[in-house]
Order: sequence, then C-alpha cells, then structure tokens
Amino acid sequence: MSDATPQLLPTGQSRIEHMEMRGIVKRFPGVLACNSINFDVRAGEVHALLGENGAGKSTLMKILYGLYHANEGEVFLDGQRVSIHSPSDAIAHGIGMIHQHFMLVPSLTVAENVALGQRSAREPLLDLNAVSKRIRLLADTYGLRVDPSQPVWQLAVGERQRVEIVKALYRGAALLILDEPTAVLTPQEVNDLFKTFHQMVKDGHALIFISHKLHEVLAISDRITVLRDGCVVGSTPTREATKKSLAQMMVGREVILQYDQPPVDAGAVRLKVENLHAQSDRGTAALRGVNLELCAGEILGLAGVSGNGQRELSEVIFGLRPATQGKVELEGQPITGASPAHLNKLGLSYIPEERMVDGVIKDFTVAENLMLQDHARPPYAFNIFVNPRAVAHHCAELIRNFNIRTPNQETPLKSLSGGNIQKLILARELARTPRVLIAAQPTRGVDIGATEYIHQRLLEQRTKGTATLLISEDLDEILALADRIAVIYEGEIVGIVDRAAASIEELGLMMAGVRRESTAS
Amino acid sequence: MIEDLLTASVIASGIRLAMPYLYAAIGETFGQRSGVLNLGVEGVMLLGAYSSFWGVYQLTPDKATSFDPMALAAGVLVAVLVGLLMGLATAFINVTLQAEQGISGIGIYLFGLGMSTLLFQKNFSQVVTVKGFPKIHFPVLSDIPLIGEIFFRQNLLVYGAFALIPLAWFVLHKTTFGLRLRAVGQNPEAADSMGISVTRVRYMAVIIGGVLASVAGASMSIGHLNVFQQNLTDGRGFIAVALVYFGSWRPYGVMYGALLFSLVTALQIKAVTIGIGIPSELLSMTPYLLTIIALIFASRRIDQPAALTRPFERGE
Ligand SMILES: Nc1ncnc2c1ncn2[C@@H]1O[C@H](COP(=O)(O)OP(=O)(O)O)[C@@H](O)[C@H]1O
Ligand SMILES: [Mg+2]
Repeated sequence: MSDATPQLLPTGQSRIEHMEMRGIVKRFPGVLACNSINFDVRAGEVHALLGENGAGKSTLMKILYGLYHANEGEVFLDGQRVSIHSPSDAIAHGIGMIHQHFMLVPSLTVAENVALGQRSAREPLLDLNAVSKRIRLLADTYGLRVDPSQPVWQLAVGERQRVEIVKALYRGAALLILDEPTAVLTPQEVNDLFKTFHQMVKDGHALIFISHKLHEVLAISDRITVLRDGCVVGSTPTREATKKSLAQMMVGREVILQYDQPPVDAGAVRLKVENLHAQSDRGTAALRGVNLELCAGEILGLAGVSGNGQRELSEVIFGLRPATQGKVELEGQPITGASPAHLNKLGLSYIPEERMVDGVIKDFTVAENLMLQDHARPPYAFNIFVNPRAVAHHCAELIRNFNIRTPNQETPLKSLSGGNIQKLILARELARTPRVLIAAQPTRGVDIGATEYIHQRLLEQRTKGTATLLISEDLDEILALADRIAVIYEGEIVGIVDRAAASIEELGLMMAGVRRESTAS
Repeated sequence: MIEDLLTASVIASGIRLAMPYLYAAIGETFGQRSGVLNLGVEGVMLLGAYSSFWGVYQLTPDKATSFDPMALAAGVLVAVLVGLLMGLATAFINVTLQAEQGISGIGIYLFGLGMSTLLFQKNFSQVVTVKGFPKIHFPVLSDIPLIGEIFFRQNLLVYGAFALIPLAWFVLHKTTFGLRLRAVGQNPEAADSMGISVTRVRYMAVIIGGVLASVAGASMSIGHLNVFQQNLTDGRGFIAVALVYFGSWRPYGVMYGALLFSLVTALQIKAVTIGIGIPSELLSMTPYLLTIIALIFASRRIDQPAALTRPFERGE
C-alpha cells in the first residue's frame, strides 16, 4: 500500500490513499447523532453517504473536518492516527469540505473568498493577482468556470457551488467532503458538477458525496453507505444497489415511490395572478410580471431553483409583501394587498417555506399553535374569552386526524420533530378545507415517512376541490404530485407544461432560464 | 452674510473639530467591520482624555513656558495603554462572554464617565490647563492665503487623524488581516470553516477600536482644548458611532461624514458669535439635526457587516 514515491495530484498535493473513521460517537443534548460509526474512503473513488434528514451525515462529516469533536472514535489517514481539532487541522491534512449551506462571504470577490485564511506570498499584504492566476489554472483543469474578480453576491447558485469547489482545491484538498452539493442546482448543473467529480476521481482525489436523492447517489458513486438515526444500516457497492433497496434501508420499511392520482376535472379558476411585480428584501426586482391561473381541483407545481422569486410570490399572494404592480384575484375578487387575516377568512391557506419562523411560534404549546388563527372565533371563543373545552376538543381531533406525534396538547412545540411540526401546520391550514392552498416547500427537511403522509394529504385535498399551488425545489416532488408545472426563473414564469408532457431535461432547461414557447393552460 | 460665516478660520476650526470623530469613528469602523458594535466609545474617550491629560500635566516641567515633546509623547502613550486595556475588556465582555452589545456598551460608557470624573476630582481640585500639541507652521505652505490657514497650520494629531483614513482603507482592503476582518463580520461561519479564528480577529479589531477611541479622547484634552473637565467629550463618542453608519462602514465615507458634521458645527459656533438673529439654542441643534437627516438618507448598505452584534459560536 505504501509506494516508494508518493503520487501527486494535479494540484501538486499528495494523495490521501485511505481515510478511515472508526467507532465515531457524537452526542448532542438529547440526541445520539453518531452511534459508533465506521466509514472509509480511498483515493480514486466516490463513497456516497446516504440518509434521511437528521440521520447524522453532516455531523459525521463535520467531525472529520474538525468543526465538531467526537465523544469517541478515531480517524486514520493512510494508516496513521490523526487528531483533527479544527478546520485548519483538516485543511493542513488535505481534507476539504463543501458545506450543505454555502460558506461564502457575499460582499467579497471570488478571489478574496478563495484567499481567505490562506497565507499570502506577500504577507501581510494580499496578493490577489497571484490568487486569481491560480484560480484560473484550477478552473481550467477541472472545467469550473469562475471569474475571480466578481463579487460573490452577483453569482448564481451554480457558480457559487463552483467557487466552493475551487476554494477547497486551492487549499490542496486531496479528500473532498461534498455535503448535499446538488440540493440547489438544476439537473443540467448537476450533470456538469458530476463531470467535474469524475475528473477529480480520475486524478486520484477521494470524494465523499452526501445526498438523500437516490438517483444521484446511484449515478455518481462507487460505494454507498446508508445511515439511519446515527447508525450505519448498510454499506454496498453501487452496482449491487437499486433505488428500492436503498429507500428501504434509509427508511427501514417499504416506501411508495409513485402515487395513484385519480383524474380530477379542473374546475373554475380560483386564483388568478396577473402581471405581478414585487421587490426582494434587498430592494431588487424579485417578481417581474408573473401570470398564473390556478383552478379548483388541481395542483399547480411551481418549479425553479431557489431564490428565483418563489418566496416573494407566495408572500405577495398571502399579503405578507406588497406588490409593486399587478394584481391577485381570489375567485374573481381582487385581493392584492389584503391582510393575511382577511385572506384566511376568504379561504386562503398558506404553508410557509420557513416553517419555524413564519409558520409556528416555537415556545408556544402544540394546542396554542394549532389555534393561532381561530382562537378568537366561535365556537373557540365567546366575546373576549377562550373556550378551553372547545379548543381542547378541536385540537385532540386534529392531532388524531393528522397523526401528529406529540405527548400531549400542552407539549411545547419546539420539542417536536420537523416532520411533526409540518403535520401540525398542515392540520391547522387544511382543517377548514381551504379554497386555495399555497404550499411552499412543504416537505423540505421532513423525513420520508412524513413526506409520504403530507403528499397523500395534498392529493386528498385536490380530490376535495382545493386549488393548490405547490412551490418546490424538488423536481421529483413536483413530478409526483402536480397536474401542471410552471417554471419560474428570475421572477418570471418561463413556461407552463402539463405533467404528462414534461421531461426532466426540458424542465431543467427552463429552470436555467430557457424559455418555452407553447404553453398548455 | 455667507462671506462672514464661511471664512478660512471657520473651515480650519471645522477640520480641527473633525479630529476626535475621525479617530473614534475609524476605530469603531474596525470593530463593526468585524461584527462587534461597541457603544462604549464615549466612555473610552473620556478615559483616554483624562489619562493623557494627567500624563502631560505630571511630566511637563513646572515652569515650562512652552510644550514639552517628551511629556506629550508620554501622554499619547498613556492614552494608547488605557485604550488597549479598555479594548481588551470590551472584547472580553462582547466576544468571550457574548454580552448583548447594545447594553454592554452603555455599561462601558458609564464606567468611563464615572471613572474619569472620580480620578479628576481626586487628583485635580480645579480646572487647569496643559501645554498641548502646538500648531505646526509649514514654511512657505502655511503662508499661502486661505489654503495655508486651513491645511498647513494644524497640529500633529490633526494630521495623524487624516492620515488614518487612507491607512485604514489600506489595512481593510489590501492586507490579509483586513480580509479576515471583513469576512468575520460578514459571515463568521464561513471564516471559521476556512480555519480563521473568529475570536482572535474580533479581539484584534475591538482592541484597535479601543486604542483609537482613547487617542480620540487625548486629541481633545491635549491636542485641542488642553484642559480636562467632567464629561469633556460631551457625546462625541456617540456621534462617532453614528458616523460609522453614515459613512456606510467605509473609511472615506466616515471622513466625509465627520467633516460635514464638524464644518456645520464650526459654522454654527461662528453664527452664534456674530449673531445672525436666530436663537443660539436652535442653531446649536443644527449639526445633530443634519446628522439625523443624513442618516435617514444614507442607506447604501452593501458593506454593512451582516453579522454585526451577532456573537459567534461553533455548534461543537
Ligand atoms: N449543533 C447541534 N446541536 C444539537 N444537535 C445537533 C447539532 N447538529 C446536529 N444535531 C442533531 O444531530 C442529528 C443529526 O443531524 P445532521 O448530522 O445534521 O443530520 P443530516 O446531515 O443527516 O441531515 C439531528 O437530530 C440534529 O438535530
Ligand atoms: Mg445534513
């Protein structure tokens, strides 16, 4: 295993032939995030780490990168035991990490981001020219188009992802941890990224690829290890794995990958959005003339890479953000600028994207959160008094009907899991059978079990005639549920297609801004 | 009437009045760019003003008729040391103990106010003056009409204050330390994951801020007024904090703000002395009113440190 002359990577760094983590244990207050995990990766391979949200993937990798310290366990590099106390130790050992959330400083340029924390040849002065030169070199070697002089806040997500990779390579990473690097990319961008990964592996890098998307893991990896609740549940060469077997390992039981959808005749137009314009928090144009029609009994999927105006659109419809131009109509009535309370009464329900911020009050109890909207209306209130019995009865019913796992109604909301919090919001919003439902990222960060449940509920609502706008970055989710698919790009709808006629490639192109001429309506 | 008001001597005095704001606000810019808001500038200024005054008073020979360079140098040094200690304390409170920065700053201010008053009353029974930094007369240059009086008859500390502006810009934008500092104020998590010690960078920035605040105080007590009295700085430290926002966290922006504010102050003082028929109480409000109005409109916030007042802690 030990060559006489150590092989070098094209970046001039020596390879990490074998990295091994043994018996890693990590406890957080009340959670055993890693329970005696063994994991390894070799130069020239992609080892995928698969698992549901909360399985412990990021925690395990943050331990390898020195951000967290393990309670027990050891890390070996090429047979040598190493102790990694901080990211600078990891970097010194040739380990790089691309984080699940971008670790870039938006106000700095690409070159400044890359140079950050590195010694400069002209210390204490910066030498950004030399940095830019090396960035171009790396970019050429690995097909990563980046402009060193551009400020990061001007870059699209795909470009930011490339900057992250350049940053790691610049630091001489021989082993690269990729924590859900595809989460925010279009399918085409994912393809380009995979090409880069293939090139890196061929050159002798070791890659750890984290995801919960089965098809990506199957497409890119050589080996797959599945984590569940902090334990390794299985490890297999990729060629012996199937989607079904992996899903089963991840969840611990059979899962439904396809739903039956009875055809529902689309009814009258419930929600109409016309030439809607709005600004983002930064004051830039977030919506630039959005037109949409949403009919009774249909689910309209709104696909797009995050940050293209989805959040602003849902907020304007629900009265949380002013429109600068254009109008919204609910069953023929103009509702532009109406208050959320009024819209609620008219039968509009909203499942917000940031559920912990906009959907619930963390320190309130389950019952209080369920009653946020209706607590002042009969039969739950008479005059200024709350009717505790009516409230308790109603909450008990919702908890039962929506299968919310909670010790009791008085439990503080924050002790519930993500999936159960989302079910609670769903219960509150669906209890009145809304005329129109805006569901923004309803299953993000939710485990597969709860996702399945939420999907069934949305379909059930569709049968009851609710008009649903399903905003999601997950194309698989949209393809599984929507009747029609609209794609949003930089605040405009670039096209609307029927689900039956939609292909992933075409949707991917639209998500990157390529306009589609003919539209189904 | 405007000719009576806008004379060379008024502009020269405006430039002199800008001096303490420049030191204090540039120091505060460093702190804020790293993500730490220090509202205690005023308190540190008072301590710097007192301690340097005390140093110069003690060290100037008894019967000296003119200034003593050694005593002045020692005075500045004392202020630097006091600023260092106060900066260290501020960093400990805000970075290590992660105090609520709006509140801890008020605490530091009150400490500085109380301590400087106490020491002054204990060591001086009445108001005395010292021989402070003298004006430098540049040969030839200082005799140019207008320009000479405005630019070439100021003292060393005034020149120092203006030299600080390009220096601060250079440090922030052209050095590795400056890059680390800006990164830590914008996205400490990213900086941390790149192996930078967020704590160390913030300590450095806050200590620089402390030293400059203390020198700002000294610039008043031994570089301009040449006296010390209770609450000598009279709110200038708070104005300095406002100037950082006004200048959008940029050294040159801070300088323009400080100049605008001080020139209006100088004009207002002149207007009161020559009497233009507006009650002086109203006139004396103008610099502050102007600051508030300017703050409302100055909202280019690209460089606003996104992590301002947010303590950093790794999840572990
Ligand atoms: N800093 C932290 N403090 C407390 N609990 C944490 C922390 N980071 C992660 N956890 C918990 O550890 C578990 C695993 O989380 P994580 O590693 O992020 O999962 P994954 O990346 O697989 O989605 C979760 O239950 C999560 O809530
Ligand atoms: Mg994760």
